[in-house]
Amino acid sequence: MLTVSSANLNMNVQTIKRTPLYPLHKELGARLVNFAGYEMPVQYSLGIKKEHLHVRKKAGLFDISHMGQVNLSGDLAVQMLEKITPSDFQSLSESRQRYSLLTNNNGGIIDDLMITNTGDHFFIVVNASCKKNDIEYMRNQLSTGCILEEVSDHALLALQGPQASTVMQRFCPEATKMDFMTGRQFIINSTKCFINRCGYTGEDGFEISIPSESAITLAKLLLAEDEVEAIGLGARDSLRLEAGLCLYGHDIDETTTPVEANLNWVISKSRIKDSSQYYPGIETIRNQLADGISRLRIGLVSEGKSPLREGMTILNEKEETVGNLSSGGFSPSIEKPIAIGYIDKEYAGIGTKLIVKVRDRIQKVHVIAMPFITHQYYK
Amino acid sequence: MSEVKYSQDHEWLILNDDGIATVGITVYAQKELGDVVYVELPDMDKQVEKDDDVAVIESVKTASDIKSPISGVIVGINDDLNDDPEKVNADPQGEGWIFKLKLTDETEINQLMDESSYNAYVGNA
Repeated sequence: MLTVSSANLNMNVQTIKRTPLYPLHKELGARLVNFAGYEMPVQYSLGIKKEHLHVRKKAGLFDISHMGQVNLSGDLAVQMLEKITPSDFQSLSESRQRYSLLTNNNGGIIDDLMITNTGDHFFIVVNASCKKNDIEYMRNQLSTGCILEEVSDHALLALQGPQASTVMQRFCPEATKMDFMTGRQFIINSTKCFINRCGYTGEDGFEISIPSESAITLAKLLLAEDEVEAIGLGARDSLRLEAGLCLYGHDIDETTTPVEANLNWVISKSRIKDSSQYYPGIETIRNQLADGISRLRIGLVSEGKSPLREGMTILNEKEETVGNLSSGGFSPSIEKPIAIGYIDKEYAGIGTKLIVKVRDRIQKVHVIAMPFITHQYYK
Repeated sequence: MSEVKYSQDHEWLILNDDGIATVGITVYAQKELGDVVYVELPDMDKQVEKDDDVAVIESVKTASDIKSPISGVIVGINDDLNDDPEKVNADPQGEGWIFKLKLTDETEINQLMDESSYNAYVGNA
């Protein structure tokens, strides 16, 4: 019965990488799995469900050092970013952070990424599974005078939860004065770090880019605080699912456009209206915005108990196929199975009753507005 | 009541005097699975063969099939798990039992491991 494959396996053992936090994961008794080529903690001793609920109630510390950190500098960096994303970077003032997408020529999504204007350069965080491709792609698109550097000597820690700010107050009070989606350089525990107030759990929180050699010391200091527990990638996934946030390679990929993915807010209006604007796939995206689309990313909640899982087919009440699930699982917060999926537009209305077959048994589900929980971002 | 027997698929089985066996998953298995959120129980009176998939345990992350370690007819299911699936984590070899079987062939039990063999098996697994 034990086919416990929590992440992408099938990797050659010799190629598995470790983050600077690896010795700490071992010390904390984490269960390690191969994720995107890294040996990462899927859970610690609390287990996924308790870790998840702890982040919703207090604060959790995540090692996300497997993600790619990149600096883009140069006079034409803004133009360069606008050449490869649908977002407006002219208006991104110093210290502000923006969620954006790399699009391909068909309007499909190459990756989703977070970009902060540091004043000196842009600090970019990309998905672990995409970072090699992203960096290669961005290098090929580089405008003259732009410099792209991978920040491979820094770890990345995420402190997330309603008490994240209370904890941060004790180490770096200045950072707690920042707005959400803002980032600046700070000194924390005598170490120069770049801290963004952001996260991917639906909670308030911070992402701390810190020199690798100082990462364990800071992680231990944060974990020593009463509010903070170490949280693995298992809970990171269920937290982002409840928050209705896309997981690259599952909810979005090269075959889904930002419009289909219901990420229209990422597409800056100024760049759609101005006919001189260009980025890969802009024609498709313009057409989809004007003429509509045939399928849409939606949230589903089950009226049954059996968890909904990625890949399952969504049926209408006549049991005709109308979509499929791109990710799903059991929601520890609302204690029901939830899922994200793509569905024919006519069934995308909130409240539409549908069916998902789980091992030939009918599960009644309905379309629900995302996020599944209320975002608690700092305002 | 016989001693507890174990399968290579991490189920345990105990044969009662009435020829009915109780089946569940081992402590080792529940730890590997993590937090159980749903158990799909078998249908009553179903005839099952040894190694047939008869139930499904869903944890937060994944779904795992539970095989019957032995042939027989399903004569009991643990309905408590519908409301309390976490019993599989809390007490896998007690209140977290999954189903009961009326055995077709009691000699099949001899193919299962005893406790010391199973402990050695998971130690090496």
